[in-house]
Amino acid sequence: MDNEKVFISNNIRRLRFFAGEMTQQELADRTGVTRQTIVAIENGKYFPSLELAFRIAHTFNVPLSDVFTYYPENDPVHKKLKAKQVKKEKQ
Amino acid sequence: MGHHEKQSIVSIIGSVLVIGFYSLYVYRNYIQADMELLNDFQFWGKSFLYLIPVAIVVQIVIQILFAIANRIITQEDLPDITDERDKLIELKCIRISHWIFILGFMLAMGSLAMGMKPYVMFLTLISSGFLASLASEAAKIIYYRMGA
Repeated sequence: MDNEKVFISNNIRRLRFFAGEMTQQELADRTGVTRQTIVAIENGKYFPSLELAFRIAHTFNVPLSDVFTYYPENDPVHKKLKAKQVKKEKQ
Repeated sequence: MGHHEKQSIVSIIGSVLVIGFYSLYVYRNYIQADMELLNDFQFWGKSFLYLIPVAIVVQIVIQILFAIANRIITQEDLPDITDERDKLIELKCIRISHWIFILGFMLAMGSLAMGMKPYVMFLTLISSGFLASLASEAAKIIYYRMGA
């Protein structure tokens, strides 16, 4: 399970755009983290704690499910992303 | 490159310089003159006790100089908060350095158990401490690059 890549996508970039092109630094300041952490979350390199995830959702005034989307193993998107990951690892 | 990565690189350079110059100093001034010192426990005790504060002071000075130079060159402020990702990375790095030091400690004790000279044990202990510190900083760079 630890080595298994978790597929959670996020809409932070889109939400920032609709929030008047909010900067990563501004979002970081509002949620109490560094800009680097926001960059890592946006790029799907870091999955935030539940608390931070809620703080991000609260900043945009949207439910958590509008910010993050989880793809279960039997989901076609999960399979697609996994195949993409395997292909990337082979290269 | 982020601030933490630069800080880790500076820390690695600092560690290498400290251990390099300290080893050279001790070798030239003490061991070269009297090889029997290698089997003297008091000598090793003093070497360890001096190395620890010297390493800490040098690292602090290097980090201060780096912070000043970084501010002048990049005009960037130091990150004033440590968030959950920083803490997570710190914990992962501490775990790696602990494992390496434990392995070094086992090797050091193993050398004694196999009847090797005590200086082998002390050298293994110093080396494992040094490697643990290097691995911790190297892991920090990798984790910051990977995300966490």
